[in-house]
Amino acid sequence: MNMLSLKNVGKHFGGLSVLEDVSFEVPAGSIYGLIGPNGAGKTTVFNLITGLIPPSSGSIALEGRDLVGLAPHRITRLGVARTFQNIRIFPHMSLLENVMVGMHRHLAYGPAALFFNTRACRDGEKKAKERAFELLSWLRLERKADLLADSLSYGEQRKLEFARALATEPRLLLLDEPVAGMNPSEKAELMEEIRAIRDRGYGVFLIEHDMRFVMGLCQHIAVLNFGRIIAEGKPEAIRSNPDVIEAYLGRDDDAETQP
Amino acid sequence: MAWLSDFWSTYNTLVYSIGVHAMLALSIQITLSCGLLSLANAAFMGIGAYVSALLTLTLGWPFPAVLAAGTLAPALLALLIGAPVLRLSGVYLAMATLAFGEVVRVIVLNLEITGGPEGLNGIPPSTEGWHIALFLALTVYGLVRLARSRVGRAFEAIKEDEVAARLMGMDVDGHKLFAFTLGALIAGLAGALNAHYTFFISPREYGFESAVDILTMAVLGGTSGLLGPILGASLLTVLPEVLRFLQDWRMAVNGAILILVVLFLPTGLWDPHRVRAWLRRKRREEKA
Repeated sequence: MNMLSLKNVGKHFGGLSVLEDVSFEVPAGSIYGLIGPNGAGKTTVFNLITGLIPPSSGSIALEGRDLVGLAPHRITRLGVARTFQNIRIFPHMSLLENVMVGMHRHLAYGPAALFFNTRACRDGEKKAKERAFELLSWLRLERKADLLADSLSYGEQRKLEFARALATEPRLLLLDEPVAGMNPSEKAELMEEIRAIRDRGYGVFLIEHDMRFVMGLCQHIAVLNFGRIIAEGKPEAIRSNPDVIEAYLGRDDDAETQP
Repeated sequence: MAWLSDFWSTYNTLVYSIGVHAMLALSIQITLSCGLLSLANAAFMGIGAYVSALLTLTLGWPFPAVLAAGTLAPALLALLIGAPVLRLSGVYLAMATLAFGEVVRVIVLNLEITGGPEGLNGIPPSTEGWHIALFLALTVYGLVRLARSRVGRAFEAIKEDEVAARLMGMDVDGHKLFAFTLGALIAGLAGALNAHYTFFISPREYGFESAVDILTMAVLGGTSGLLGPILGASLLTVLPEVLRFLQDWRMAVNGAILILVVLFLPTGLWDPHRVRAWLRRKRREEKA
């Protein structure tokens, strides 16, 4: 069963067509990669899936359930969480609070319980705190739990974003360029952490243009260029696909040009 | 003990005003803590004052009932206008809420039942000190609970990054509407209490100037906690009285003090972060 499926999805802003006829399926329990040169429309795909902008045509479904037209918070509640290319943590809140924001919906105590600080409320808060701590420890951030988020390094902020996304209890995690701006050793570490997240049963769908990172991590890859999917398949097949090589390296002018 | 009763009979209205102003400053702090610059609270206070005073004067409702009505009426109105108005943000929201305040003022000014520009006279002084103390305490307690719960975290997250909050599964619009309505509720209660100790109310007291005054109290005191708005409200209420000996220069010096505070303490008088940093430095000095 496929986790997420996009069928003939198109998006245009006025006369500018950003995505055209994009179709692919993200299988459950795996790491799926969407790659492509800058400006290919990758982040737009994420914005469409998470409901931040509506598609102009086509359908998007999570486990058979149509997502088009739902508000972003509803889509998150159905089990899709994401991180952002340009990190969007809550800088003036502690790490623990950042993660607990992700648990908002799972903390179901009513206004009366809140006002009178009943046992249900206290227990809920305590459990949420423990869970937030656990999620931080998955990413080895638990020792910094009480620091303010903006005191973290760039790489740590990305990890905090992962932990916060996991706190929404998603089934599918969308990662928008998770290793942008990281050095090789940080990249290797993050690769391990993403694998560990997959092994815990989450589906991972990531956007990246670091080819080596994607090839080493993903089981399936789709390649987007100028708003169209130009190749889809296993890493080995993508690596040797002439269209992909052309999109990334350009055409060899000395070679025979196509009519 | 004679001096005490002298003091009380001279200054009891001032003390009452501190309490009511503190509630108003807290009412705007709620929306600010959610990242909303709403300036409708003076109007909500006015609605609370007029609704409660009219029910007392025309229908003779008992005091607890008029307090409840004066609290709920502006909250209901906030619930109605909130959905469209809260689609705006930043200065646009400030402008829309100011406009709402003007509309309310002009309506009150032109209605017959509200007494027009003359206002309402002879409202029985039912409000007592302990009423204000009780409701202020309840407000503070409620807001402390709120700040330490999932709702407080939600407000903070929305203020920091609305899009990220939305994508954490949070109903951002619902929370904003809740903050707006709760602010109106508290402002309305403050208005109802205020009307029942000042004897007289008029539309002038709930216009643009009051809206700015309420904002000034909260910002001057500091908006990153609950103590700030209370401090700001107390200072802005007491300062004009303390400076009375300056006679004609009174308001000028009052203004100069405000400018100095804003210049040198831009995060307000009470900033938990600054206080914590100061305590840490002090402790380090003691060790050395």
